[in-house]
Parts: sequence; structure tokens; C-alpha cells
Amino acid sequence: MLLFTCPFCGPRDQSEFTYGREVAPIPALDAPRADWERYVFRRDNPRGAHREWWHHNHGCRQWLVITRDTATHAVLSVEAAKGTA
Amino acid sequence: MRYSIFSLVREALADHRGWPQAWASPEPKKTYDVIIVGGGGHGLASAYYLAKNHGIRNVAVLEKGWIGGGNTGRNTTIVRSNYMLDANAHFYEWSLKLWHELSADLNYNVMFSPRGVINLAHTESQRDAYFRRGNAMRLNGIDAEWLTREEVRRMVPLLDVSDRARFPILGGLIQRRGGTARHDAVAWGYARAASNLGVDIIQNCEVTGFAIKGNRVTAVETSRGTIEAAKVGVAVAGNSGRVAAMAGLTLPIESHVLQAFVSEPLKPMLDTVVTYGQGHCYISQSDKGELVMGGDLDFYPSYAQKGNLPILEDAIVGGLQMFPMLSRVRMLRHWAGIMDMTLDGSPIIAKTPLDNFYLNGGWCYGGFKATPGSGWVFAHTIAHDAPHALNRDFTLERFDEGRVLDEKGAGPVPQWH
Repeated sequence: MLLFTCPFCGPRDQSEFTYGREVAPIPALDAPRADWERYVFRRDNPRGAHREWWHHNHGCRQWLVITRDTATHAVLSVEAAKGTA
Repeated sequence: MRYSIFSLVREALADHRGWPQAWASPEPKKTYDVIIVGGGGHGLASAYYLAKNHGIRNVAVLEKGWIGGGNTGRNTTIVRSNYMLDANAHFYEWSLKLWHELSADLNYNVMFSPRGVINLAHTESQRDAYFRRGNAMRLNGIDAEWLTREEVRRMVPLLDVSDRARFPILGGLIQRRGGTARHDAVAWGYARAASNLGVDIIQNCEVTGFAIKGNRVTAVETSRGTIEAAKVGVAVAGNSGRVAAMAGLTLPIESHVLQAFVSEPLKPMLDTVVTYGQGHCYISQSDKGELVMGGDLDFYPSYAQKGNLPILEDAIVGGLQMFPMLSRVRMLRHWAGIMDMTLDGSPIIAKTPLDNFYLNGGWCYGGFKATPGSGWVFAHTIAHDAPHALNRDFTLERFDEGRVLDEKGAGPVPQWH
């Protein structure tokens, strides 16, 4: 079981959290269509460090940015997501 | 050597010392007409059909590990074609037809067993959804049949069909022509058959980059040197994003981990495949007697070929709700494979923005059963530089053109497919 140290709740089991998606800048509403296609339908999907939005839906219900190593499952950092979108 | 009862008798009398290696292991040549990256079932099948159907025999299959060591040996061996959307239904049905002839075609026993696949329904809305799916399948000429609760009980006597079950079973949708196959044998059989037709199978050869000139890939850089190729096909599901990135492409794919596990061997108790409708667990029994089970993804991106226990527990709970008599059975082995989860849940077998670079990936949960059909249409796509009728909808561009093939209607969230 992965252990995420939520900045609001402390260390909690991964099963309290739901994975959202990889962190990417959200295009402006009037951005070119290609930007939206890139945002909705493409993923960098790296092997290694990966910045991800997670929702602590069975805890404080805050969105977080968790950086994980996708090859080893090591948790590198957990921060509040505010301001990252 | 052709495998037959005669070769078996001859070798039995000779203490089995005369069996040749199933496939050759040559040194890579300097240049090939086609290089297939990835020596799993799909890559080997593609090479086999390139040689057999299209007469292209100057082909190399590059495998970073060993044949049968990747996803081909990490699935739950289930074969079916119970899809609803036309593109998926026709493609998987062609694959299922190939499965039925595969052992004879390859001269290799892949132990295909059309024992039927039952999807259980527990609520009226779920039953209606299965009626709809079954009708869609029959309209596409694919077998589907509704089983009442009593018919399910007769087929699977150890299943808990009582009203005391946590989610009582209303019935199930069965595809009788579906079943299971021995997954290692599929890789070995294709490797042997391709090698017999002149394909070079090169193991322990990891691709590290591509030499690109203009809009063409001219050579593949590998851990065993640079190899030139007129065309390059990539069949590395699980790692498609990494290999495509070497060619400068970003894919509509996220890699996720899917676990499976087997019990200790039991006496014969289950002669079909059963999937649970109120959780995620699919279960069948191997010829060795082990119960083979799988469940959900771990639901976060991963390249680690290992999963975590909450999902394992979830799958086992589902298995026990179907078969409470298994509660004291011990688990024997447990493993995980990496899935290319696409943004619509359907595969990609297509040309790419590069002229001579072709992609076969995005198999989500469905790669194993697709193996023969995937190789068939990928070989056609590479040989003709144009898709086969059965894969013309599995393009890379469909996501941007609004032509997604979203079987479940789940939306652009890879882990929900």
C-alpha cells in the first residue's frame, strides 16, 4: 500500500485518494483547438518522476499534486494543488 | 521439424534428444525490409503474417528481454469477442476466428479451449445492458446467448446462485465460442512459425532510439548496434509511450498496472470463464487446476510490474462472493503487467505522422485475445502502407476528429476504460 502524507491530514493510505490525471496547464477557454486536443487526449506518460493531480476524496477532499516515480512507486512529494491548474 | 504424432513417437524412441530449437537466434543483419520493435505476441504475430500473407521475409523482431517474458505471459489468458461497437466487434471477431484455427496454422498447440465466457448480471438494469450488448453482437453475426439463473447454475454448479448471496445472480450473457488459451504457447508458436519463414528473432536487444531523416525513420538504434530498416513497426503495448517518444510522438495513452493471480491447484471445478457483475473479478481454471483470477487496474499510472494489495483484496472479495467455497483456498502466485490505457479504451493500429513508422498499441485490458487479429491487420498496414478494413477506425487521429471508439461511454479518462 502506498502512503501519501497529505499536507492537511498527515500520512494516509493511498486507498483514501483518487488519481485525477497528470499535471498539465489547462488551456484558456478560447485557446486554439489543438491546445485542447493536446490537454484532453495526450499524455507525456513518463517512466520515472511524474507530477499528478490526486483528490483526497475520503479525507479532506482537497486536490493535491503528488510527484511519484512510476517505475518504483516511490512518493517524491505531496503538495496542495492550489495554484497549479 | 514439423510437430506431429510421428515426430513425437520418433523422438520418444530416441530419448527426446533430437528436438531442434524451436526458433533460431541469429545475429542482427545490417539492414531489413521491416523491423518490428517488441517480441511479444503482437510483434511476433505481425512478423509471421508479414512473411506468410505478404511474402515479406527480410524481417527482424527486436525484443528487449526474452520471448514470452512481457505482457504475453502476464494476462489471464481469456479470449472473447463480446464487443458492441462495430469497429471493435468486427476486429475481435476476426481475431476469434483466427484463434479457432491457430494451433493447426502454426503447427503448435496453443491449447485454445472454447469453453465459453459468462458475464453475470445481478440487477435488472445490468440485465437490460447485457440484452443490448448481446443483440448488438448477434446483429454483427457474433454468438451471444442469455442464460437464466437456472441455466447458469447448471453450467457452474459451484457458483452461489442463491437468494442469500450479497448480490443475487439474475442470469448471465454467454459467448460460447470464447474461452482461454495457453499464453506462453502463443508467443512460442508464433516465434517458431515466423522463424521457419525466415524472420530473425533477436532477443536481449533493447531499442534505444531512432535515426530520423526528414519524415522517415532510417535506422533503429539498439543495445546491439544500429540496424537499418525500410519500415519500422512498434508493438510494445505497456511501453508504447516511451518508444513513440523516441520518435518524437506524444500518444493518447497512459500506462497502468493490472494484477492477476492464481490459486493452488484444485480438482476440476470450473470448466468455463465467469466474470462478476457487481465488482471486478474474472475467474477460470487452468489445465493444471489453478484458478486464474484478475480484477481492476490499480488506477494510477505505473511502469512497475507489481501492484498493491487493496486491488488484490477487492478482486478476491468479488471471487468469494461468486464462489464462497473458495474462502480457504491459498493463493500460489501473483504478478502484474503494464497496460497501454488509451483515452477511449480502444486500440491504436495505425500509420503515424512519420512516413514509414507504424504503431500497434493501446490494448488496454484486451491485448491477449487480440493477438492473431492484431498481427494480421498490422502486417497488412505495414505491407500496404494503408490500413486493413478491420483497423481503419483504430487511428491516432480519431481522438482529435471526434471519432473516439468509447465502448463504455466512460469519457477521456484512461483508467475508467
